[in-house]
Amino acid sequence: MDSFSGILMEAIELILSWDSDVIEIIMLSLRVTLCAVLLACVIGLPLGAIVGAFRFPMRTGVVVVMNTLMGLPPVVVGLLVYLMLSASGPMGVLGLLYTPTAMIIAQTILVTPIVAALTRQVIEDLNLEYSEQFASLGVRPIERIFALLWDARYSLLTVALAGFGRAVAEVGAVIIVGGNINHVTRVMTTTIALETSKGNLQLALALGLILLLIAVVVNILLMAIRGTAARAAYV
Amino acid sequence: MFRRNFIALATAGLFALGVAGPAAAQDDFIIVQSTTSTQNSGLFDYMLPMFQKETGIEVRVVAVGTGQAIKNAANGDGDVLFVHAKASEEQFVADGDGVERSDVMYNDFVIVGPPSDPAGVAGMSDVAAAMVKISDAGAAFASRGDDSGTHKAELRLWKDAGVDVAAASGGWYRETGSGMGGTLNTGTGMDAYIMTDRATWISFGNKGDYQIAVEGDAKMFNQYGIILVNPEKHSNVKAEQGQKFIDWVLSEAGQAVIADYKIDGQQLFFPNAK
Amino acid sequence: MSEALIDITNHKPAARETLLSAQGLCFDARGQRLIDSVNLEVATGRCTVIMGANGSGKSLLLRLLHGLITPSAGTINWRGGSLDHVARLQQAMVFQRPVMLRRSVAANLRFALKVRGVHGAERKTREAEALALAKLENLKDKPARVLSGGEQQRLAMARALISTPALLFLDEPTASLDPASSLAIERLIETARENGTTIVLVTHDAGQARRLGDDLLFLHNGQIAEAGPVTRILEAPQSEAAQAWLGGRIFVPDNPKSETI
Repeated sequence: MDSFSGILMEAIELILSWDSDVIEIIMLSLRVTLCAVLLACVIGLPLGAIVGAFRFPMRTGVVVVMNTLMGLPPVVVGLLVYLMLSASGPMGVLGLLYTPTAMIIAQTILVTPIVAALTRQVIEDLNLEYSEQFASLGVRPIERIFALLWDARYSLLTVALAGFGRAVAEVGAVIIVGGNINHVTRVMTTTIALETSKGNLQLALALGLILLLIAVVVNILLMAIRGTAARAAYV
Repeated sequence: MFRRNFIALATAGLFALGVAGPAAAQDDFIIVQSTTSTQNSGLFDYMLPMFQKETGIEVRVVAVGTGQAIKNAANGDGDVLFVHAKASEEQFVADGDGVERSDVMYNDFVIVGPPSDPAGVAGMSDVAAAMVKISDAGAAFASRGDDSGTHKAELRLWKDAGVDVAAASGGWYRETGSGMGGTLNTGTGMDAYIMTDRATWISFGNKGDYQIAVEGDAKMFNQYGIILVNPEKHSNVKAEQGQKFIDWVLSEAGQAVIADYKIDGQQLFFPNAK
Repeated sequence: MSEALIDITNHKPAARETLLSAQGLCFDARGQRLIDSVNLEVATGRCTVIMGANGSGKSLLLRLLHGLITPSAGTINWRGGSLDHVARLQQAMVFQRPVMLRRSVAANLRFALKVRGVHGAERKTREAEALALAKLENLKDKPARVLSGGEQQRLAMARALISTPALLFLDEPTASLDPASSLAIERLIETARENGTTIVLVTHDAGQARRLGDDLLFLHNGQIAEAGPVTRILEAPQSEAAQAWLGGRIFVPDNPKSETI
């Protein structure tokens, strides 16, 4: 087994070499993941906020479903999206299978429940603090959703980060719907899977280290913003 | 101030998406459903750029197990099927999913094992006899167990040798349910014998101290075939470009490219198109 | 509209018209009657003080009158009509512990105007007036939640007054403030009154009641034990509950020998 320092060296070399293939793979990973997280936020933030801020019949049921969907197995999502997008599936005519778009769709399905469920919790807590003041001011429901989302923005960064973590590390769904096609749908995780299957464990681990590094950078960035916000008592 | 932070972050995000966008969407492409063994050997990385240079057609390879490749192709999710399980391929054509099957090339299977050689099969060339010895010794054997071409070939060889592996499943016969590379990684980790195609073995990077134990039996030839997915059944199939690729692979030039592909001086595939 | 906040010359309406009234107001929770058959009238331009021991239902009554919670029985009338969304927009409330939005001081004020559909130049003018009124100009870009307790409550007052409400509910607005901060809040309340805003104030502070109030409701176990002019009740309370409370004793109806604290 290769030593850890050897893997570290290979990872550093891989980054320093600025190999165009590696850059392409990293960029595609980021593009797919960020698009999926963005879409998941567009859907999940309002959804979570509505469930968090309002009482309605069957609300507990909705919360249970949302929390359960957080644990969706990626392979199952991959298969479902494959069946939808397959040429013999209902959306086959769109020709989206084996494209980055298909990967974004699969990851959006994986990440949306996470964003919605965590947003629900954040908004519910904040709503508890605000609800009397909002009622007193005569804030209407739609304004209330926007105000809660805006005031919870720094907590919601962490929510988006949880979604990002899930998406960027996910391989089961994207390899099925993307096909791991070189220069088209090959991302960090599928490359790691491929190199592992080729027995290139050191390279696979080095790529894994780069993936980790990206996650660390994103985390530091968001935590810095959150830290500034915390000093302003905005969190 | 904090609003500005937010906008900056959003802009940075969008910028990242922008620069990472696809460099001019390539429209002239076909999808080939193929197997991990072919992909892992590096043959495609060697061969496809030459084809693209000649014809301008980009070939996108989806590499999965033969079983899954055939199913994907039967769903119309691909233009060409390029796998190695002759009986299943012929069935694929008989079912009307494919147009016509052609032999492309062959390589051979080998059985690799640990240097301790617990079943004493090292150096044998009679695969049936070797398999009986492995079974009698109860030596660990790692199988793909994933309905792939290699898995099907392996099961056929066990049957020929008269060994009932289903009865030994979970004992000395271990089905990993993963691709060739995964099975090699797992098998070498538990000192098991593994049957693999030679191409994957030569290019495999995690051999450890494993060596080829059994090779050279004519029964272990591994024939690859190529089939155009039936455009009459799936209208989305790019029949013209797909046929162009098949014709090129079967042509003298294509066959020469296959023969030329070597790792460490060893030829991995032997063209045999008729 | 915009002069309302700074115009201090006019007011004290001669006619005592009823702005808000309640009849047979009850509120039950977990099988207990917390507000019991309360009848009251709040006259335009007056400052009504609600006093009573902890748990007597003062805050609850305020929330019922403001429409934050729904009564179990009884009716509330606002200007002769019902207490609806439009009525709510003519009222405002300041809580004991100010609820500050996670935004700047100015943005907290803007929010109240935005809800009422006030935009553009008028919003700017009223925002500036409210900042000046609460003496928060220098802090306007600061995050509201880093302000001191007194500053936060001044901001809460400014946010309530920026919409020039007809009626302002105050729930122990100075209970957790130091004397100087309390004084600043009382000044703001006086200014609001001078601008014609009717006040309903819950307080424990008899001095504050005397300084600000016209009428006093003394609440005991969810019922009005005594009602009348502030000075009269503070000087010569008629009800046993008010006598006991003002005398610093706990009034227990079943036990005539009330204990001195």
